[in-house]
This record gives sequence, structure tokens and C-alpha cells, in this order.
Amino acid sequence: MDTLKNLEKKINSELTTKINGSRIEYNQLFLNIDSEDLLDVVLFLKTNKDTKFRQLIDITATDYPENTKRFKMTYLFLSHEFNQRIIINYLINENEIVSTLTKIFPSSNWMEREVFDMYGVKFKDHPDLRRILTDYGFEGHPLRKDFPLTGHNEVRYSEDKKKVVYENVKLEQNYRNFDYESPWEGTKYINEQTTINEKRKEKTKS
Amino acid sequence: MNKQLSMKKEKKKLNLNFGPQHPAAHGVLRLILELDGEIVEKADPHIGLLHRGTEKLIENKTYMQAVPYFDRLDYVAPMNQEHAFALALEKILKIQVPIRAQFIRVMFSEIGRILSHILNVTTQALDVGALTPSLWGFEERETLMTFYERVSGSRLHANYFRAGGVHKDLPRGLDDDIYKFTKKFPKVINDLETLLTDNRIFKQRNVDIGVVSKEDALDYSFSGVMLRGSGVPWDLRKSQPYDCYDQMEFRIPIGKNGDCYDRYLCRIEEMKESVKIINQCLDKMPKGLIKTDDGKISPPPKDEIKESMEALIHHFKLFSEGYRVDKSEIYTAVEAPKGEFGVYLVSDGSNKPYKCKIRAPGFSHLQAMDYLIKGHMLADVPAVLGSLDIVFGEIDR
Repeated sequence: MDTLKNLEKKINSELTTKINGSRIEYNQLFLNIDSEDLLDVVLFLKTNKDTKFRQLIDITATDYPENTKRFKMTYLFLSHEFNQRIIINYLINENEIVSTLTKIFPSSNWMEREVFDMYGVKFKDHPDLRRILTDYGFEGHPLRKDFPLTGHNEVRYSEDKKKVVYENVKLEQNYRNFDYESPWEGTKYINEQTTINEKRKEKTKS
Repeated sequence: MNKQLSMKKEKKKLNLNFGPQHPAAHGVLRLILELDGEIVEKADPHIGLLHRGTEKLIENKTYMQAVPYFDRLDYVAPMNQEHAFALALEKILKIQVPIRAQFIRVMFSEIGRILSHILNVTTQALDVGALTPSLWGFEERETLMTFYERVSGSRLHANYFRAGGVHKDLPRGLDDDIYKFTKKFPKVINDLETLLTDNRIFKQRNVDIGVVSKEDALDYSFSGVMLRGSGVPWDLRKSQPYDCYDQMEFRIPIGKNGDCYDRYLCRIEEMKESVKIINQCLDKMPKGLIKTDDGKISPPPKDEIKESMEALIHHFKLFSEGYRVDKSEIYTAVEAPKGEFGVYLVSDGSNKPYKCKIRAPGFSHLQAMDYLIKGHMLADVPAVLGSLDIVFGEIDR
């Protein structure tokens, strides 16, 4: 397709029921779909002669812990033939299992493993769904918003045991997260700390 | 007797653990190989040994503080990564980059490309047994890194490309020295070629090794030289030009056979084209601003801070709070030396990115290791790894 507008029209007319919404921003087409329709939409985009999105660029997710549909899945595609980019989005629940793209794009294997590792999203029929970037035996999913920046474990070499040991993270200083929205009210952790101290004082007085 | 014969017929499989501390693994790659004799039947790369949680860290930093993390991804060509992030921000913030800044950025991106390709070509040669190219090549890398140092103050972790332009103007005399380098460097490439291109051993080790067909290169999400080596004419600098690449004249070398040797040839040719681009940048570079003059995004000059109260406030606010970026969602890619390097940025209107996914080209290249090496000999593993051009800073992130 020559322009993104025509492409948008074409996709909307061919896949009417499957597209929930589309918009063009920054010269790329965004499509919103339902998670069940993923395979159909992707297969159409890859094989149709007017779209030819032959390359999967990346798969990722975004975490919105306050939403009921917590994760927004994102798939980026590129068509060399028509020099266009497309971004497919859909929302899923925390425990929803989504279908894998490994049969259509072999490169999605590691990308899905990464999403599983970082967000804990499970993929149905994935041939090899192991963790990929984190340590062997790691627990938790680091890119979820409720995972602390400092993590839970730290490792060091123990001279006594002659091996690397895992310990809980000990911080010499609290992680400072400055509140720029209202700089004059001070940071949260200081407020918390002062209230805790005051309570302690009151207890010792009484 | 019969028993012994039947024992011999049984296939013995050997599992070999290659790395993570192996010089030919180009960093911290742990490769579990399943061997039948000397033939590789399966390769399972274990990555993540250099995982530092860059994406998580960026979510907790302001936009300006996020830039240095990009240097630490592909630490062989730091500025090319910053470029992707700067472009993404500029698109969301809708700021125009001054022409001079565009030229500086393109010039240093190309210097980064040469830095990366020298390292890759010479270490690929090192992996298959040639020592001299790396000694010659690293001398040139040293010169290029002094250019980095002179412009940004740091040889590797430049932190130079900011949203809206670059941090500082070129120091006096640097353009002359870069010009001298471009005159001298083509001879070095020729010298490297005399050592490698027609070298019998180098060819025996690389020709017809790790062949990728056009279709498979697309299916495995290859980009950059890995894609062009297989004959797909695709380069983001030409097809989706950013900054002033559309004003540059250069050619895109394309391979024919998709083997390790073709990829080597592509990289050599690309270095020659990069020299041309650097030369054009130096010729055409106009005088003028090197970053946007929008005081809400780029910090004021130092001498203004000492006289103007407003400049001082801007400076303070920029380096403490940073700038706010409207709610948006964008994917921007640049042609990094290793392939398509992309940043998928989700902003929520605050001064920190809500999410920043980094698309590293090496990640999908290394993923195809199993497909590339199946049926090859054990000795071909370093040759194929070398031609993939992997750097673990960007793969593990």
C-alpha cells in the first residue's frame, strides 16, 4: 500500500470485526485488537500482498498495575516492501495466557521469553518458555511496576564458604525518590520516617 | 567381539559448555553445544550474564539522566544508541534540531560505525587465527576514541547526543584532525584488506559458513549487515532517513551469498562509505546553534547563568526536575552499526519515561545461532559468532 492512510483503510475493511481501533501517529499505524485475534491479524499482515509485514521487530508489554486489564502487549512490525511500520496493541489480565507467534515468526521465540521473564506473561504452545535475561533460579518479574528497583537478592563471594552466596539486599541508605510534583512537601520516605520516629517518642514517653 | 562392535555403532552425544569465559565468545556468552563427533547438532545460547536492568533503571530516571545508560548498551559504538533515544524524544517534544547539530550527530554516528566495524572485522579475523589485523585496527580505534574524548570528555561513555541537539560544539581544531583522519584511514582499510580479503585461510574459514537465505534473514528479524549480507537492500539511513542523512551521498553494499565472508566484505565497504559521509559532513557543516534554544529543554550557556536569574532557574530546574514529556507512545529506530537499534518509549506526562523498551539488533541475531550453526563443525562456531557482531552490553541490557 502506498500510504499509511490507504493501509489503514485496507486493514479496517479486510479485518472489520477484528480491529477495535486504529490511529496514525508519528508516521506509524497503531492497531488495537483483542488477544484472541492476534494470530489471524498477524498472519494476514504477513501474507497479504498489499501489506507484506515480513519482519517482526519486537514484542513487549507495558505494566499498568492499577488497571483490571493489567498488561498492554505491544507488537512491532516492519514492511520492507512498502517501508511502513505498524504497532499492534492489546490488553490482557494478569493471569491471561496469550498465543505464541513462534509458528509465524521464529524470531518471536526469544522475544516472548523476554516478556515472560520480565512481566510473567505466559504464552500458549511456546516451545521453550524459560527465563532468558535473569539469573538461574530467579524469582519475580523485574519490569513489573511493583518490583522494587533494588531487587531482593544480592550476591557476593564468600571467603569462608569459598563460593558465591546469595543474600537479601541491604541498603546503607534508603532509595531516594524525589517528588517533583510538589517539591516543598518533602519526599515521602522522610515523612514516613519522621512519623515513625514521633510514634516511637510517644511510646517511650507513655 | 560382537559386543564391542555393537558398542561402536551407538551414537555418542557430547554436550560442550562454551563460555562464559571464553575469548571467542565476545563477552559473556554461555553456549551449550550438543555435538555428534565434531558436528554441532544443537546450540542453546544462555544469555543475561551482563543483565543490568537498564530498562528498569531508565523508568526511574529523568529523561536527561537516561541518556548515559544508552552508552553502556553497545559500548563499541556508544553515540549511535543515544541517537535513537534523542530522536524519539525530539519527535514527542516536537522540537527542531539545528542544522549544525544534525551534521555533528551524523558525523559522530559514522565515526561510531567505523569504531564498531573495525572491532568486528579484526576480532572476526582473530577468531579464525589472524592476529595482525586487530593490532592495526585498534590503533585506528584509539584515534577515533580520542575524537570522542575531545568532543564529549569521555572515550567511551560519551553522553553527548541530547534531545534537541548535542551537548557542546566541536572544540577548535577537531574538524581538521578528523579531516586528516579521513585522508589517512582508507589506506588502513586497504592494508587490512591485503591481509584478509584474498587470504586463503581466512576464506577457507568463512566462505560458505553460516549461510542465511533472504527469506530466513527476514523471518529471524535480522537487520543491518546480517540482512544486507543476504542480499536484502535495506538500510534505515536510506529508507527512513533521519537527521541530515537525506543530504548525504553514499552507497549501500549488498552481499550475494549470505555467508560469513560476504558479511565481512559488507562491513569493509561500509567503512569506506562512512569515511565519505564524514567528509561530506565536514564540507557542508554550517555554523550556528548546536542545540535547540528552547530554554525549557536545553540548558542555558554557562556565562549566561552567571548574569541572568532566569537562566539560573532554568538550569536548576532542568538538572533537578528535568523536562516533562507529554503522554505518548513512539517507536524510533536508527541504523546502528549492528543493525536496527530501536527505542519504544511510553511517556505519561511526567519527567520520567513510563516505559522504555530497547530493541537491540544483536538479540535477534544471536537467537538464530542454533539455526546458523546446525550441521557445522565445532571450529566454525567462533567464525559464525564473530560474523554475527554481537556485543553483550546491548543483548543483555
